[in-house]
Amino acid sequence: MNYFELFKIPVSFDVDLSVLPQTYQQLQRLTHPDKFASGSEQQKLVALQKNAQVNEAYSVLKSPLSRAEYLLSLRGIDLQHEQQTIKDTAFLMQQMEWREELAEIDEQADPLSALSTLELEIQQSVKNDLARLREYLESEQLDANEKAADIIRQLKFLYKMLTEIELKEDSLSDF
Amino acid sequence: MAYSEKVIDHYENPRNVGGFDKNDPSVATGMVGAPACGDVMKLQLKIDADGIIEDAKFKTYGCGSAIASSSLVTEWVKGKSIDEATAISNMDIAEELALPPVKIHCSILAEDAIKAAVEDYKSRQTK
Repeated sequence: MNYFELFKIPVSFDVDLSVLPQTYQQLQRLTHPDKFASGSEQQKLVALQKNAQVNEAYSVLKSPLSRAEYLLSLRGIDLQHEQQTIKDTAFLMQQMEWREELAEIDEQADPLSALSTLELEIQQSVKNDLARLREYLESEQLDANEKAADIIRQLKFLYKMLTEIELKEDSLSDF
Repeated sequence: MAYSEKVIDHYENPRNVGGFDKNDPSVATGMVGAPACGDVMKLQLKIDADGIIEDAKFKTYGCGSAIASSSLVTEWVKGKSIDEATAISNMDIAEELALPPVKIHCSILAEDAIKAAVEDYKSRQTK
């Protein structure tokens, strides 16, 4: 049973995020190890495994990036364990520039506002990428999965950048 | 996870950080990124008329192992011919820095950065 089936939703990039948390809570309750406190060791073990699977499935499904990556893995493209590098110079230059900007943000007159401008720019880029990703994942085109994989690879850099911006935001507002 | 002493040394005192003017004809630039961790690496080589690497600089945004790997290769490539530099493999880097299996991709990044820079150099030669 894959994660989509576990959550009783269609195997698709589009997920109804208003329903997902409810299904999660329901599955959580059904598989909670406490429910099997008086059960056999075997039952406890099965519940524990099921419960862990529910948690893992939820965390994969709720984020578009991990959901897309999982969807491709169901189609036989494993991105999680690949170690290959990318060499798209224009894309990497942009990543370098953004990272330099973040590293030097303290020198700005108003670091917090400079940070939120940078964040908005990257969020916009993420939004565009997710729209393209959705198109490729739904497409029947021959190379659509490969194109989707390329977008996922790029998105990983953007998500990492957003995480670092959040950390910086925390450290700037924390005084 | 504990970093090896060599990784910490390169991380705390990185060698050859920075860059050269990319419009200088003797400068070759290699840019690579690892989707697995979102690390980005820029390696620049200054190559003389005989194809010997005179100097090298790097800029890396990533974890300690990625920074140490790139710092190490800037030391290694100096004085080498471009063919010798291309022969450096990620296993040499991983072994020297005692990288754990989960950090092998950092050494792959550094190896690919050398190859990308050499490719850049060669494409400039044929122009």
